[in-house]
Amino acid sequence: MTRMKPVDAVIVGFGWTGAIMGMELTETGLDVLALERGSYQDTSPDWVYPNIADELAYGIRGKLFQSLARETVTVRHAVGEAAVPYRQYGSFLLGTNVGGAGTHWNGQHYRPSPEDLEFRSHIAKRYGEKFMPADMQIQDYGVSYDELEPFLDQFEYVCGTSGRAGNLDGKLMDGGNPFEGVRKRGYPNPPVADTHSARLFADAAKALGHKPFPQPASNASRPYTNPYGVRLGPCNLCGYCERFGCFMYSKASPQTTILPVLMRRKNFSLRTGSHVTRINLDSTGKRATGVTYIDAQGQQVEQPAALVIVAAFQMHNVRLMLLSGIGKPYDPATGTGVIGKNYAYQMMSSIGLFFDKDTAINPFIGAGAGGSQIVDDFNSDHFDHGPHGFIGGGYIIGGQTGGRPIQQLAVPPGTPAWGAAWKRAAKDSYLHTTFVGTHGSVMAYRDRYLDLDPTYKDAFGQPLLRITFDWHDNEYKMTRFVTDRALAIVEQMKPRQHSLTIRKPGDHYDIRQYQTTHTTGGVIMGTSPDTSALNRFQQSWDVHNVFVTGASAFPQNLGYNPTGLIGGLTYWSARAIRDTYLKNPGPMVQT
Amino acid sequence: MSSNPDSPSRRDFLRHSLATLPAVGLLGPVTLAQAQGATTEGASYAPRYFTEPEWAFLKAAVDRLIPAGDDGPGALESGVPEFIDREMEAAYGHGGLWYMQGPFVPDTPPTLGYQLRFTPRELYRTGIAAVDGWCRKQHDKPFAALEPEARDDVLHQLEKGTVALEQLPATAFFGQLLQNTKEGYFADPMYGGNKNMGGWKMIGFPGARADYADWIEQPGKAYPFGPVSIRGDKP
Repeated sequence: MTRMKPVDAVIVGFGWTGAIMGMELTETGLDVLALERGSYQDTSPDWVYPNIADELAYGIRGKLFQSLARETVTVRHAVGEAAVPYRQYGSFLLGTNVGGAGTHWNGQHYRPSPEDLEFRSHIAKRYGEKFMPADMQIQDYGVSYDELEPFLDQFEYVCGTSGRAGNLDGKLMDGGNPFEGVRKRGYPNPPVADTHSARLFADAAKALGHKPFPQPASNASRPYTNPYGVRLGPCNLCGYCERFGCFMYSKASPQTTILPVLMRRKNFSLRTGSHVTRINLDSTGKRATGVTYIDAQGQQVEQPAALVIVAAFQMHNVRLMLLSGIGKPYDPATGTGVIGKNYAYQMMSSIGLFFDKDTAINPFIGAGAGGSQIVDDFNSDHFDHGPHGFIGGGYIIGGQTGGRPIQQLAVPPGTPAWGAAWKRAAKDSYLHTTFVGTHGSVMAYRDRYLDLDPTYKDAFGQPLLRITFDWHDNEYKMTRFVTDRALAIVEQMKPRQHSLTIRKPGDHYDIRQYQTTHTTGGVIMGTSPDTSALNRFQQSWDVHNVFVTGASAFPQNLGYNPTGLIGGLTYWSARAIRDTYLKNPGPMVQT
Repeated sequence: MSSNPDSPSRRDFLRHSLATLPAVGLLGPVTLAQAQGATTEGASYAPRYFTEPEWAFLKAAVDRLIPAGDDGPGALESGVPEFIDREMEAAYGHGGLWYMQGPFVPDTPPTLGYQLRFTPRELYRTGIAAVDGWCRKQHDKPFAALEPEARDDVLHQLEKGTVALEQLPATAFFGQLLQNTKEGYFADPMYGGNKNMGGWKMIGFPGARADYADWIEQPGKAYPFGPVSIRGDKP
């Protein structure tokens, strides 16, 4: 095996959190190396106009996604069943190459509600321990909203997030989210202008007494220079956002916010084509010595490092920890162990609204996040759950992200899937159709987890990650409750007809339908090594020089999109490494 | 709004962009004759993957899935068979985008997704032979020789899975065929389908224009411009 020159810090995976960590750690003078399994990619030449406006290549065939042919995951609904591979894309979309999923996201940039971070304590205090079903194992993050606020803010300013503050230093602001936690300053940019469908939605929501607000969007509403000196351009609502790279330099991604500065730093290097297969430990098993990876030619390489940052996508982080033997694997039979614990997802519903021909929706005009309106009254613990018998919630969204016809064209319910009637309906509906959706939380349960599949392997012969997941009653109740409120808004919007996609009791998790790429958990952060893999600084309880970033740290899933919290937690963790860990390497929380 | 979307300089820029947009990426000026040439070329396209009987099946099937009519072009004149044939030669057709390692468990619940061993190429090859075999038994003719109504009837049965094909589930084959047909009807014309952007024109999709900053300020107003393709063609 080839042995490389040691570095101070090695970063596994070069997406959002890898880029943030690279930036933060190089500022301390450390020699930092990022290992990325994919290749380099950037706005030019990879996402330039007009080639990017290609629905088939990007939206349908998934040019920016991880090749499932080389590596996928397996899925089963329950413990005891045999899992089968996720052979084709459906439910979630894994990223690859530099920037990872941070290149093909929408830019929906939320903060958590304050109670989301202390969810178990909060629910127990407000409703009592018995309000939680016996098999629900939700936990606290170990870090509070107030502690995290400066770092959530920092990430918003890096991304140039466009939005309207709802709670500025304790003062409720008109037109913002009245349910958000206190923010010390407003968003760096004003909201992107609303699309027509968002206006129709917001008007209806207001008429019902809700307080709709523009979705916080890392789609820049105007030219913006971030604190690193990197410049973003204004979003032009091109309609090719999620699943695509941004040709306008508007959607925040590592490429448009961090890499132009980081890639020039002399104490930073990036090695692409480097697939990390293992974190190496010393003979005590308490300290990492670096990582082993397979290089572009296929040879095994050892990379010694004093500090290991595991910064791949949520699922890959969990798999790497299991393959490396760091932390005790979770066992659903006993509820003990931590790696793979508390896998969670999100629960969505969608309502199609079909208007008459005098309503010009122009569905192709859309940004990934900007231009949509949100109702947040039924998310987190923004309302009294007591009478409703479930925990969690979701936001309701009205707006449009594009009208790409292979994926996004909808026809009214009852229309045949093909033939002359389908064609007529497609022609009549396309310009006059929009959607209202709900985006809901999923709690953590004893029998929902991740481990290594006993049968299926990746291209390198390593076991695939296995997902054991299905819906629980709490989430069916949650989605029914939030969707009924969404339906009331839809009724107020007065479409000619509407359709509804909702997951009802008895419906199994269906991996064929795209729902969300917000998979969480498996290397969760928390307050005790008995119940979490990481301490409140995202440091491994077991191996103090291993930090694990990303949504794998979420103890359960929230009703919001995760990227804002992921970025905030990464800056929080980086600050702890800089201020505390580097001065005195060792566990930052004593047990 | 302080994003100042209607500042004069910005408006000028956008107007300018819009006016010059068809020139971006343009290989050369497109004349009507060239556009019509594309149709002729489509009609004379010689398949590379599909055999003659398979090609006849494919044309006869997509012609019913998206039939010709006054409301817009049918799949045949849109070049959908050419699109599908070309896709069969791509990594996609070879199953290169799918995880294709065994063991295969075809009787898995449908909610856990596609679990057959067939690549798209193999699905078509096996599926077409199976459906033609079934049609010969039922009607003494291959699918392509049936009257349109009879073809519709076969397609309905495949869709519902009421036809028992020995080699593969009818719904898996039908799902593949319908998905690829709609892809060919709506994908950028450079892939061989959506000739003259007929699918886009029918529904009102502006294709690769991808520039709507000033239209966000005109809510509810119908967008007036026709589509452009990635190569810069305009109808």
